[in-house]
Amino acid sequence: MTRVAMTVNGKAVTGEVEGRTLLSSFLREDLHLTGTHVGCDTSQCGACVVHVNGQAVKACTMFAAEAEGADVTTIEGMANADGSLGTIQQAFQDFHGLQCGFCTPGMVMSAAALLKENPTPTEAEVRAYLEGNICRCTGYHNIVKAILAASGQSVPAVAAE
Amino acid sequence: MPDGGIGASSKRREDLRFLTGRGKYTDDINLQGQAHAHFVRSDVAHGRINSIDTSAASSMPGVIRIFTATDFEGVGGIPCGWQVTDRFGEVMQEPKHPILAEGKVRHVGDPICVVVADTLEQARDAADALVINITPLEAVLDMKAALAEGATKVHDDLNSNLCYDWGFVEENREAVAEAINNAHHVTTLELRNNRLVANPMEPRVAVGDYDFSTDEHTLYTTSQNPHVIRLLMGAFVLGIPEHKLRVVAPDVGGGFGAKIYHYAEEAFCTFAAKTIGRPVKWTSTRSEAFISDAHGRDHVTKIELALDENGKFLALRTDTHANMGAYLSTFAPSIPTWLHGTLMAGNYTTPLIYVNVKAVFTNTVPVDAYRGAGRPEATFQLERVVDKAAREMGIDPVELRRRNFITEFPYATPVAVEYDTGDYHATMDKLLQISDHAGFEGRAALSKANGKLRGFGIAHYIEACGIAPSNLVGQLGARAGLYESATVRVNATGSISVMTGSHSHGQGHETSFAQVVADMIGVDENQIDIVHGDTSKTPMGMGTYGSRSIAVGGSAMVRATEKIINKAKKIAAHLMEAAEGDIELKDGQFSVAGTDKSVAWGDVTLAAYVPHNYPLEDIEPGLEETAFYDPANFTYPSGAYGCEVEVDPATGKVTVVAFSAADDFGNIINPMIVEGQVHGGLAQGIGQAMIENCAYDDQGQLLSGSYMDYAMPRADDLPMFTVDHSSITPCTHNPLGVKGCGEAGAIGSPPALVNAVVDALQRAGHNVTHIDMPLSPDRVWAAMNS
Ligand code: FES
Ligand code: FES
Repeated sequence: MTRVAMTVNGKAVTGEVEGRTLLSSFLREDLHLTGTHVGCDTSQCGACVVHVNGQAVKACTMFAAEAEGADVTTIEGMANADGSLGTIQQAFQDFHGLQCGFCTPGMVMSAAALLKENPTPTEAEVRAYLEGNICRCTGYHNIVKAILAASGQSVPAVAAE
Repeated sequence: MPDGGIGASSKRREDLRFLTGRGKYTDDINLQGQAHAHFVRSDVAHGRINSIDTSAASSMPGVIRIFTATDFEGVGGIPCGWQVTDRFGEVMQEPKHPILAEGKVRHVGDPICVVVADTLEQARDAADALVINITPLEAVLDMKAALAEGATKVHDDLNSNLCYDWGFVEENREAVAEAINNAHHVTTLELRNNRLVANPMEPRVAVGDYDFSTDEHTLYTTSQNPHVIRLLMGAFVLGIPEHKLRVVAPDVGGGFGAKIYHYAEEAFCTFAAKTIGRPVKWTSTRSEAFISDAHGRDHVTKIELALDENGKFLALRTDTHANMGAYLSTFAPSIPTWLHGTLMAGNYTTPLIYVNVKAVFTNTVPVDAYRGAGRPEATFQLERVVDKAAREMGIDPVELRRRNFITEFPYATPVAVEYDTGDYHATMDKLLQISDHAGFEGRAALSKANGKLRGFGIAHYIEACGIAPSNLVGQLGARAGLYESATVRVNATGSISVMTGSHSHGQGHETSFAQVVADMIGVDENQIDIVHGDTSKTPMGMGTYGSRSIAVGGSAMVRATEKIINKAKKIAAHLMEAAEGDIELKDGQFSVAGTDKSVAWGDVTLAAYVPHNYPLEDIEPGLEETAFYDPANFTYPSGAYGCEVEVDPATGKVTVVAFSAADDFGNIINPMIVEGQVHGGLAQGIGQAMIENCAYDDQGQLLSGSYMDYAMPRADDLPMFTVDHSSITPCTHNPLGVKGCGEAGAIGSPPALVNAVVDALQRAGHNVTHIDMPLSPDRVWAAMNS
């Protein structure tokens, strides 16, 4: 077992992990941050996306020990300080960008990383960026709209197209 | 638009927890002292188990117990919920489906034993030390070969690999043959409806718990219908009476059919928790999901459509081989029969129809309902053969459909169902408008200038939803009723808890169901909570599938709320010293007609629980009512779908450039949610037609066993969709006039897409009449260049 220390959602945390413990397991099992989901075992679905030192990372594809000393943000750290939904989260609700909610944490984290890199993406750029996030429920239509809206671009309202 | 209530696009309340990481999915549940189960599964498709040596594995660190089939002697097999009777009047062949393989393994993924250990890693490590000796047998894979004389049998104790040979309507067999033989024109098409994997993003999970002090079992599971699991597992597998068994399906990350069925892992965790005296948890990996979740579709079909010289449909005959896989999953036998044959009239007046289905056992994962379930298979073949007929006869595909549309309702089809309402010309008109069909030629010319082939494909679908009248399905072989239930509990201060037997796993019931009750009483939606997914809280209900939640579950809720309102009016009449018949309820106020007397909702609810001034001699205190609603008929959503594609002639790559859907879902509760359902269904249907395929090799190994190999539709595979639901013919037999919208997208889209590609190729002069799904570049290129 190895001792790891990192900052998660602004709080210092430590834990004992095996070398093979994935960051996703550490977050879910040890820290009980179950908002980070695991939807596959081949690094394809993106349900597990978190930010590590500001970069979007698939938490199922990184060992917990590799995050030693890192600054990690998960979906639990995305709301505003007063607990209200952040801009991207709010856009997902406003534009019905989620149904079962399982892919949603990863989608929101990927969207945040995209908008940091590219503050006003085109529809095609949003779709291309989400290549590593699978959603089985929404057909992506409303996810794309939510992200465009979160970027401040005008999109048709729900149920008005 | 009203502020909340029926017809409003109310934002979903469930989103708040999902968007902040506070959803509670089954894998988020960890019980004190829980042990972990790892299933050891067959890696051959068919084989005889000679021995299982657990000695080395048993002594590995952390191992608590290793279970094999011998631990389940005296325990029932996994039951099948539907018995089909064949065309000779015999019941289907029904093999035993043991929890763990007994003597033989029958598909890759068939569970052989389970290691239970303190940690999941220890369970997996110990599994590597198991010595399992299996003699491989010939794998039965091809359905037609499986039915040949002398074929290897999947189940040694059955007569053959034929589950049933079903004919419908059997009395029409000769008449249909005669009509086809004598027709002016017959269009024939052979096709395959490709095998799919439902792939909800949340893999299945089961956590079993047992309380020795009360003798109570609890199962937390990823289910669309916890009461169905409780009934099947309690009564038929483990012999636990309902009052000692609680099944909880908390937040569930998508279902699409795959989470309807009772699975071995659920029974195992429930059983093992008592055996070892600790909670037992199993979480599927994605790779495991591919070989243990029931698959969908997998039909091989020949369809013949007879037409007269004007293009009127005279008769239809279809002959299908339907893959059951190695065992009968919960509803498997009903899918290719009653959910498929009954839809073969489509939207058309075809007077004579005969459907033959041979269901076949093979050494593959069991096949059951997947979004649409039988109806996509019916719609695909019908809408493909109609399109082919139009091209053969030189009639415009839209025009040929219009010439045959049913226009008078109710309409009794020759395949046993009666459509209550519909207006197919209206949905077709709407589609042509929203897809700018008139502008297609201009867009095709632009594509041509860019070196691309453009095509437009249409499909018109009907589906039977709101499943189902219990007495009818009972006659058809269902071993369950298909009613739904709701309890409306009004609290003393006027807030309301609605306990529903429906289950939401993405559909947003917590929002849309609350809208209905809010509308009926005239209180704010936020005063209403929808409770679902726990057998200890909700009345016995059949759960969510078959686009039944609002039509059946919603109707139960309406009935219960009507009872509440009736009783509340009695109380209000007493409080205002007025006649009950004069009491009106509007916006949460009870008033006496023609006077200015009124009492508020909260005054009445308080009186019900503090009955000081109350008609105790006439009615009981309290305000809580339950209703069970059994529908009088199916509901029949319908719609016209249009797909526009571009094909790259150099590579065969198909791009969906536009997709339009004009649906008639009857009345709409929450348009935003309805559109989301259509979008999701379209993505799955386009996925089936374009990229998804569950492939086995000739040894029965699953080639598409992970997201590396099974192509899930991604954001950049799909366009923005154009959807419309303004064509409304309300359902006549349920109180909300609703029809259901969950499956439509997946039903209407595959034929529209294939029709569009055939159109593109034919416009470019290629003599291509059909390509089997998925329309991958290699298949399209081969069709163009053959
Ligand atoms: S769980 Fe990390 S990519 Fe699927
Ligand atoms: S909302 Fe269910 S997978 Fe995306």
